[in-house]
Amino acid sequence: MRTVYVIGIGMTKWGEVWRSSLRDMHTEAARNAINNAGVDHIDSMYVGCMSGGLFIGQEHLASLLTDYLGMRGLPATRVESACASGGMAFRSAFIEVASGISDIVMASGVEKMTDCTGDEATQALATAADQEYEVFHGATFPGLYAMMATAHMARYGTTREMLSAVSVKNHRNGAKNPFAQYPFTVTSEQVANSVMIADPLRILDCSPITDGAAAVLLASEEVAKNLGKPIIKIIGMGVGTDTIALAQRDDLTTIKSTTLATQKALAMANKSIRDIQFAEVHDCFSIAEIMVAESIGKFAPGAAGPAILAGETALEGTFPMNPSGGLKSKGHPVGATGVAQVVEVYKQLTGQAENGRQIPGSPKIGMTQNMGGSGGSSVVHIMEVVS
Amino acid sequence: MTMFSSRNWREYAHRYRLEASRFAKSGQTYYPKRLVDPDTGDNGQETVNLPMEGTIVTFTVIRVAPNQWSDIAPYALAIAELTDGTRIMAQVTDCDVDDVKIGMEVRLEFRRIQSEGHSGVISYGHKFVPKWY
Amino acid sequence: MTGIVGYGAHLPRHRIKVEEIAKVWGTDAPSYKKGLMLREKSVPPPDMDTITLSVEAARNALRRSGGVNPVDIGAIYIGSESHPYAVKPSGTTVAEAIGAIPNIHCADFEFACKAGSEAMFVAMSHVKAGEMKYALAIAGDTSQGAPSDALEFSAAAGAAAFLMGAENLVAECLYTHSYMTDTPDFWRREHEFYPQHGGRFTGEEAYFAHTKGASNAILEKAGMTPKDFKYAVFHQPNGKFPQRVAFELGFTQEQIDPGWLSPTLGNTYSGASPIGLTASLDVAEPGDLIFMCSYGSGAGSDAFIWKVTDRINEVRNLAVRTRQLLSENLIYIEYGTYAKFRHKILKNG
Repeated sequence: MRTVYVIGIGMTKWGEVWRSSLRDMHTEAARNAINNAGVDHIDSMYVGCMSGGLFIGQEHLASLLTDYLGMRGLPATRVESACASGGMAFRSAFIEVASGISDIVMASGVEKMTDCTGDEATQALATAADQEYEVFHGATFPGLYAMMATAHMARYGTTREMLSAVSVKNHRNGAKNPFAQYPFTVTSEQVANSVMIADPLRILDCSPITDGAAAVLLASEEVAKNLGKPIIKIIGMGVGTDTIALAQRDDLTTIKSTTLATQKALAMANKSIRDIQFAEVHDCFSIAEIMVAESIGKFAPGAAGPAILAGETALEGTFPMNPSGGLKSKGHPVGATGVAQVVEVYKQLTGQAENGRQIPGSPKIGMTQNMGGSGGSSVVHIMEVVS
Repeated sequence: MTMFSSRNWREYAHRYRLEASRFAKSGQTYYPKRLVDPDTGDNGQETVNLPMEGTIVTFTVIRVAPNQWSDIAPYALAIAELTDGTRIMAQVTDCDVDDVKIGMEVRLEFRRIQSEGHSGVISYGHKFVPKWY
Repeated sequence: MTGIVGYGAHLPRHRIKVEEIAKVWGTDAPSYKKGLMLREKSVPPPDMDTITLSVEAARNALRRSGGVNPVDIGAIYIGSESHPYAVKPSGTTVAEAIGAIPNIHCADFEFACKAGSEAMFVAMSHVKAGEMKYALAIAGDTSQGAPSDALEFSAAAGAAAFLMGAENLVAECLYTHSYMTDTPDFWRREHEFYPQHGGRFTGEEAYFAHTKGASNAILEKAGMTPKDFKYAVFHQPNGKFPQRVAFELGFTQEQIDPGWLSPTLGNTYSGASPIGLTASLDVAEPGDLIFMCSYGSGAGSDAFIWKVTDRINEVRNLAVRTRQLLSENLIYIEYGTYAKFRHKILKNG
């Protein structure tokens, strides 16, 4: 298996992007990545997108997007794993380079979520849950995470303040991210008093509906080292799955798919979680960040909430989480999220994070954790600086 | 998504009669029915009916609801562990949303779940009600 | 010998008081309460309908049946004037839910408030004729009363189920008699949401004429008088009518008491006298005779004479009792919630 590098990144400004279509945004992000890497061709492309079909009635995305990228004929396919689509596209690209089949592969992600009504967008997102045994009974996405939050709070005493602390921190980071949907700060009081969506989660506990795209290029060592540009090395990759229905989970307070994915990634990288210095994680809801922090093994069960409240996951803390602003502040165009996490890790590891968002102390090893639905799938990548 | 009639019809055994699969080797019951025991890989199963009583293990109150539920919002949605250990998700009805608690004893009652507008098929199933008899 | 092998009822927990309705329309609550002998009525929440009430009532009847296997039920008949579908019998869903499919006859019945007793009559007839071992009759409704109309005070919801058979009876049916004429006292045209009625014409020539017609005919057929009966149940569109017809026929308050549910239940339409019968069975002793006469507008009455057997003592506690459902753990609502629950509020789309 060959070593694989990330050689270039690109993303669009995320938000309610009325003037750009899905194909416009993808083309913009993809071209930014290609220009950033400085390559003159790519060998293939994996596009992460949860559901062009449900949001805008468009499937067969890979072919459409290679065409608009000006690369007709390019081998390409779309990858889907609900909200983990982007991370899984990155994983597929990694495997294609690692296996020797290709030398330069693009992993991109895109989602256009505002060309339909809010209700239609919510229904589309709910297809990541169990249609017959959860959504049939009136479950919504916030509702599923709210049930996990209720269980976590009952078992470990996780509090409203700890949930709020996640959103406060992520907004503080996102306020410095020029690509973020909501580049402004929020206070703990604002979060705790925002409108209740599904008890105990309030609107400021929830990631938004976003249009956006992101793209990264992966390459073999020979290509990467000849570019003369900043590159980072992918040292670990892991994927895990679990039941999509919450009622069938062993433990409602932890995300087993993330634990499995993390263990596999660490094994490949020959590292322990202690070696990981920061992480971009999937904070679709504030409780998700708390549960992920525990599920990856960085904090003991029940300990992540207090640690986040105490500032340990801030930029200057012992384990910065979501320096980009996370899904909460940066936005969550579903298929693009996993790829944008890699964009952020690349920036942090190469010292290019903007506006004072750089993690102090030159971190060497970072991690991305992307997951689908209420934790039915999870994909973790570990990346390291190249000296 | 619309509930096309054949999709709903196929689920009657699960929604109307609460049928589940019990596997001989592990003694475990799974709802809905399945062909393979996820723990043991065994495929020797018989159909059983779930018990109709249980205890809530977690819940939420959906306040911002999808269109077809807007008439009954806010509503409580819960996972309860039935007396045989099987867990299922359902709404909690006949109850103030603020009274739903972890540990609450509930019964399963046959109720209307949703319908496709005024002219489409009506979907039935079960909801949790507070157990008082 | 044919009769009831298992019986059961189901009611909503929600109630609305007469005062709450009167407040909105500016009607005089005390005079309605006094005139109709009605204090409150049951209200079905949005997730209850005739089918769901019927399933729960049928489950209670099966609990009291001494282990009858649903696949042995030869027919399912549901009588209602609020079947959820205009075309697709409620019986199909109920039969599927209790596991009685597929070798079963099914038909939905309608005849205003006597659709339920009709189902009981036909179910029993099939068993009597030797066509089948068991037949299930269910009487249920979630009827509507037009806003500001007098019927809005009483239109309520509930269901009763009776598993009819020829052995292990809880109550044997000794006699039946049906009495019917074309009398337009109350009706609903196709595609109309609310029914219409003939006001005071629904009394003398309708309810009273047919109830008395059937009742007197069955008493004569049986060679019995009201004194022979322990309990009597009449159709109960309000508290007043069943009491008045009982007294006029020669029955006493004591006889009608156990099955006289309408003052706090309202008018459960097809369910009215059948649910009243379940409440009487709940307190009856072996050997008791129970008189029952339904009434349905349009118009007609079905009369039954039941004789309670020893088995009543074994089964009465195998399911929740009707008066428990009537009076315990109630949820009171006000008119706004009531209007929402009963789909009386116009919404776009």
